[in-house]
Amino acid sequence: MSAMASLRGAAAIVGVADDASPTGELDLTGRALETAMIEQALTDAGLTIADVDGLCHVNSSMAMAEYLGIHPRFTDSTSTGGSSYEIHVEHAAAAINAGLADVILSVYAATPRSDRKRGGWGGPGRGRPMMMMGPNPAAEWEMPYGIRMPMGPYALSATRHMHEFGTTSEQLAQIAVSTRDWATMNPKARFQTPMTIDDVLDSPMQTTPLHLFDCCLVTDGAGAFVMTSAERAKDLAKAPVYVLGAGTCHDHQMISQMPDLTTTAGAISGPNAFAMAGVKPSDVDLLMGYDSFTITALLHLEDLGFCAKGEGGPFVEDGKTGPGGSLPMNTNGGGLSYTHPGMYGMFLIVEAVKQLRGECGARQVSGAEVAVAHGSGGVLSCMSTIVLGTEGTLS
Amino acid sequence: MTTTGPPPGRMEPPATSTSEPFWEATKEHRLVLQWCTECDKAVFFPRDNCPLCLGSALEWRPASGRGVVASVTVETSSPNPAIAGGDPYAVALVDLDEGVRMMSNVVGCPPGDVAVGLAVQVTWAPLSDGRNLPQFEPRG
Repeated sequence: MSAMASLRGAAAIVGVADDASPTGELDLTGRALETAMIEQALTDAGLTIADVDGLCHVNSSMAMAEYLGIHPRFTDSTSTGGSSYEIHVEHAAAAINAGLADVILSVYAATPRSDRKRGGWGGPGRGRPMMMMGPNPAAEWEMPYGIRMPMGPYALSATRHMHEFGTTSEQLAQIAVSTRDWATMNPKARFQTPMTIDDVLDSPMQTTPLHLFDCCLVTDGAGAFVMTSAERAKDLAKAPVYVLGAGTCHDHQMISQMPDLTTTAGAISGPNAFAMAGVKPSDVDLLMGYDSFTITALLHLEDLGFCAKGEGGPFVEDGKTGPGGSLPMNTNGGGLSYTHPGMYGMFLIVEAVKQLRGECGARQVSGAEVAVAHGSGGVLSCMSTIVLGTEGTLS
Repeated sequence: MTTTGPPPGRMEPPATSTSEPFWEATKEHRLVLQWCTECDKAVFFPRDNCPLCLGSALEWRPASGRGVVASVTVETSSPNPAIAGGDPYAVALVDLDEGVRMMSNVVGCPPGDVAVGLAVQVTWAPLSDGRNLPQFEPRG
């Protein structure tokens, strides 16, 4: 870790933007939506597209750069589903630290909800050959059994967690309830009405043990972030949010190959990121933990060390991840209640940055200095953890 | 046994040159697994290299067809009609006695009765081309 530790404080996120709406739909789509996010994030930073010399994009940074008319000298098309954007932060910080680029941009847009109406492609994972280059063993060894994607694999993890640790549906539901309580304070959230544990348990069972409200939304959404060196960040428009630590690990693609159904690769990425940052879970003011499903968020709490393995259920029971609780989690309303266009990791970063700048209005976490954005991609497959901090955390 | 063929709509597994011996054996209702002769470990899913040593000393051996359910989910909301005629069905991860895990359906009992730890044995569902899909049922 000694060489990697030099990433601490080397780069900062200096501009962010995201968009979603209570209808679940956005007016713009495709490149127009991506470009709107890019312009907003650059304006937020006090930069222009002419400053950008590095680009990250999950599909093709070549095609995106061509559209934008830029010639980046750093390019990254890492595509690991929901953790892609945490990895973009990690790679961008390393590239900036190594002098490969000065200003790196990452952008995401997907409109699966309005695409349904238009009859176009329905976003990642809906008939689009995402990550389908080369062999596809899932078609041979999993799909013939009728497993529902993507929720089936998460349900298999949840069943096993319940078996091993006695985790209950009520405890999982509490995560959705606490997250909804945050969403009541986000005017852009898809769902803003409080709900109860019974509301979750009474919602239609999807694939046991997951109910409808244990599952994330399908909505349009988009976002972008801009990063630069710590030095350059000081002269820009907003207070820099520094990358203190980063870690990534993936340990399977198919759920049938997951080494342990109740422990994710976050048990590697999280401690590595925390070690680089020099923080421990008790130092974290805000956890943005990818909530594709309630079980996903519960596993993050355990694997990142906020509680012991198996104790996630009792840990969340008192609502401590909700407003006023000791561990604010997913303050934008999460994938469960704010937005989930497919690769939600972008929104974890945007919310963490806004919280650390104190820009979150009614849902602002008072005095937030250290935030964690923890992305989860595939089917609990690829975990990437980013520790972010205010200027005060650098010393 | 008469071959009635599968109900329409089940996604049939594409066989690869690597997995061909697996699927050929299913035509005779035999479950076979790859073993790495260097590591003396069973390998699943089938591949050209052992995931432990990356060697290619893999051979096919008969499997017991016995295992234990490691986890299960019952598809209730939108069950694929090709699996159980539109009724809910159990998708499980089965730990075979040989030490590998595979996804499958557990049939032969109500899907809600399938639980972690259930002892199961292989049974077969016909595919359209003479191959059979390995499924599992409770072991008596």
